Amino acid sequence: MIYFDSAATSLYKPDEVADAVYDAIKSMGNSGRGAHGAALEAGRMVYDTRLQLARLFHINDCSRIAFTSNATESLNIAIKGLLHPGDHVITTELEHNSVLRPLYEMQQQGVEISFVKSDSIGRILPDQMKTQILRGTRAVVCTHSSNLTGNVPDIAAIGALCRLHNLIFVVDASQTAGVFPIDVEQMGIDILCFTGHKGLLGPQGIGGIYVGDNISLIPLKTGGSGSQTFHKTHPANMPDLLEAGTLNVPGIAGLHAGVSYLLNTGLDAHREAEQALMWHFYNGIKDIAGIRIYGDFTVKERSPIVSFNLGEYDSAAVCDQLAEDYDIYTRGGGHCAPLMHQALGTKEQGAVRFSFSFYNTREEVDFAIQAVKQLAKV
Amino acid sequence: MRKKEWKVVITFKTTTGAMGMEKLCKEEGISGRLIPVPRQITAGCGLAWCDKLESREVLEKVMSVHNLVYENIYEMEI
Repeated sequence: MIYFDSAATSLYKPDEVADAVYDAIKSMGNSGRGAHGAALEAGRMVYDTRLQLARLFHINDCSRIAFTSNATESLNIAIKGLLHPGDHVITTELEHNSVLRPLYEMQQQGVEISFVKSDSIGRILPDQMKTQILRGTRAVVCTHSSNLTGNVPDIAAIGALCRLHNLIFVVDASQTAGVFPIDVEQMGIDILCFTGHKGLLGPQGIGGIYVGDNISLIPLKTGGSGSQTFHKTHPANMPDLLEAGTLNVPGIAGLHAGVSYLLNTGLDAHREAEQALMWHFYNGIKDIAGIRIYGDFTVKERSPIVSFNLGEYDSAAVCDQLAEDYDIYTRGGGHCAPLMHQALGTKEQGAVRFSFSFYNTREEVDFAIQAVKQLAKV
Repeated sequence: MRKKEWKVVITFKTTTGAMGMEKLCKEEGISGRLIPVPRQITAGCGLAWCDKLESREVLEKVMSVHNLVYENIYEMEI
């Protein structure tokens, strides 16, 4: 099996990740519930993971990071906890349904949404965003990378625009956390939503949210916090505010191992290896007759993703045949980014998406190039 | 790409339904496999059960006996 679907989840992970999950299940109690050894062991590990994430994202105060189940939950917390009827919010056509669907729900409640349009290769420009700012604009919600094209918007420029106009900047880092450097201060990010199971190399079911210290969110969930038992209201302090109920301690332990690996080895070498595989694949397939590759390949910095279609073939059928005949695992069809598909003209056909891991090899990519060439032959 | 053939394609509202179908067919010794939903049709779930055309009757019967809820049954060239 050759796995080229790392944008969906990083199947290849350091062995330490699985070991950490196993060890946590065997030895750790419930973090923040009780003061015995097993509970404290969990609590220390959870705290250390917050510190690691704070280091990774250049966050001064690690208590501003709460653990969630995934980026979708984080984005729901951010969007529904921040916006009120009458607010205006700006987002982009690059967004995933994890941003769009919560926003559409808020639209039903009276929030107004403006979309920054993409060009035909999936780019947005911060200048276009500037023209959308209104008197009642409260926030900008933007992805750090399209999951479909791999294009990476200029987050620092958008962050600077938000600071200038006093807008809250919410960033969806689903595809970039653990892959690209993220500095919440330098990039002007007020709320960072991330998942643990992609670039951060953790297990599925763990994610997180960073909330700047000047922002107060209404939590989606309230309940057990391990503290203030006799209060009728949930604690207002971060991270407890957003962490009602027992944490996913084995998931956080796995995330701890993944982030430790990244901090020890550095993001740049991994990303550059993935980008080298991406360019090798791109160059190997770009001249196939009838191929259409989506996204901006004129720039160096992009997520290690190549999405394409072969003539008018159903992208789902191409993926299926790659899996059945070549044992190459990719993703086809729609990619939960409806506005991006519309902008690229792939609403009907979907797209075949290859996404790369630093665990992939050049030989695997060579094999995939030959497979795509063979499939392209009528 | 391989030559298209006529197949029976069964769609489901959720991935849970599709997984239930695979388990059921395996238990009953019925052929077929899960495929991504072809573009000609839309479904709640991105997976569909696909088998040779002749299996339609057997599949309908086994789903009925086991109360397995599907969304639609198509006969199509894929």
